[in-house]
Amino acid sequence: MGLVDSVELPQPIKFVFNWGRKYSLWVFNFGLACCAIEFIATSMARHDFIRLGVIPFAHGPRQADLLVVSGTLTDKMAPALQRLYQEMPEPKYVISFGSCSNCGGPYWDSYSVTKGVDQIIPVDVYVPGCPPRPEALLNGIMKLQERIGSESLHQRLANGDRPEPIVVGADA
Amino acid sequence: MATELGQQGGAAFQAADGTGVGIIVRDKADRELHTQDMTLNVGPQHPATHGVLRVLVTLDGEMIEDAQPVIGYMHRSFEKLAEYRDYRQIIALVNRHDWVSSICNELGVALVVERQMDLEVPERATWIRMLMAEWTRVLNHLMFVGSYPLELGAITPMFYAFREREEIQALMEWITGGRLHLTYCRVGGLKQDLPRGAIQMSRDLVPRMRERLKEYEDLVLGNEIFAARTKGIGVLPADVACSYGVSGALLQAAGVPEDSRKTEPYLFYDQVEFDVPTGRNGDSYDRYATLLARIRESLRIIEQVNERIPPGPVNVKLPKVVRAPQGHAYVRTEAPLGQLSYYMVSHNEKTPWRFKMRTPSFNNVSSLPYLLKGTLLPDMIAVMGSMFFIVGDIDR
Repeated sequence: MGLVDSVELPQPIKFVFNWGRKYSLWVFNFGLACCAIEFIATSMARHDFIRLGVIPFAHGPRQADLLVVSGTLTDKMAPALQRLYQEMPEPKYVISFGSCSNCGGPYWDSYSVTKGVDQIIPVDVYVPGCPPRPEALLNGIMKLQERIGSESLHQRLANGDRPEPIVVGADA
Repeated sequence: MATELGQQGGAAFQAADGTGVGIIVRDKADRELHTQDMTLNVGPQHPATHGVLRVLVTLDGEMIEDAQPVIGYMHRSFEKLAEYRDYRQIIALVNRHDWVSSICNELGVALVVERQMDLEVPERATWIRMLMAEWTRVLNHLMFVGSYPLELGAITPMFYAFREREEIQALMEWITGGRLHLTYCRVGGLKQDLPRGAIQMSRDLVPRMRERLKEYEDLVLGNEIFAARTKGIGVLPADVACSYGVSGALLQAAGVPEDSRKTEPYLFYDQVEFDVPTGRNGDSYDRYATLLARIRESLRIIEQVNERIPPGPVNVKLPKVVRAPQGHAYVRTEAPLGQLSYYMVSHNEKTPWRFKMRTPSFNNVSSLPYLLKGTLLPDMIAVMGSMFFIVGDIDR
């Protein structure tokens, strides 16, 4: 990105820059299984995450800021996920939505399921549940936005600093 | 394959079987330009396949010569895992293979285990199971009623469908505590009795849903663009459908009134009145219309069940460890997407020795190569969307 990853932005600019970023998260839904239904439910009128600035109309990973992995990732599917993640431009964020993508969920002893997407791609927010309620996804998105609002892109991009992932509900 | 309808450059042609209209490209000397077949990979992550179904299509221009579905991207080894789960755990496991109709799946498992154990389920539990199964059917159908127009480019029905779904899910949540995977059935009955006011809630919901169904019929079925894109597209004749083992709305749209609630009644489906809707042409439009008609029939069943739930217990007392006696059992049920069967072999242990599933989507999708052959690529989405499949139900 040039400037932002080579120097630390001075404060008022940094605030405005991050404020703009956190309320225009173009999301790419990697909808795999049951959780994709709850993701769709979250995007519909009742829960409506567009009011949080999450825009579910990214045409593909190249136009997206946020990847939501919702559902069971199988070993056969894993290379595709890795490739789609690599196609996303920095700065990029990942929400792992549901038990399956967190750790394998009910298929923890299955021979064909990848036990957690974090084995393949770095995850920023874990949303537990099988499937999690739409409110849990909204909470995860808001937590991610808080983090984006206060983070330094310079440190993220140039130094590769990634803070500890957020787990929704861990502080409750 | 192509029969010419005109002689000028760019004449229209139609495939021999009447499907698809395209253009033959001609050069200046009026020779047909030969095109090379192209293989196009659609999926596994494609917005129009609502899931991770991958289809390899071989194209001649825009005409699909061959289409091969590549499955297995959602294979989670349910059948193997079931051999390591006890009967209570299997119920929690199977409501995830077709993730929009959880009760209908767990109902099948409960029935097959009960059949093997020769258990008599209390009447109240059976009626409540029917109520929940029918509401689940409405939920499932609403999902496709919304998503199919979305795939064809109409966004509004999706918002409508989810408005309705949220209302039904509120009822489900009030009864079971879950939104999507309810895990309400148990071997020998139900998890718990209906909470206070649940039947009244269900009674109130029926006329509201019926009113809204009218909106879909006007908005989607009455829509000229929708009709133009779906009528005559993806015609599945009855004999072909039967030979592929297709079931559910797809088979009924082809004109076969096959529904195991009628032909091989389980629960108390023989005590309620309902019809099996059928289509005439077996095309995408008919399949969608059949789906809407099926919702109406489900609402009819719900209306009757609401009034017939008797008082009494909802489960039978079972030992802590449930063991099914040695032998095998088979149960056939009508899941929202079609015929869902479970076959269980038990060796008198805590877990089944073998647990076989026959899921509707697998057979329904196997007719995809037949349906797509000779159609145009833009119609592929119109055909695939009208197959009403869930990828987890294909791959298990």
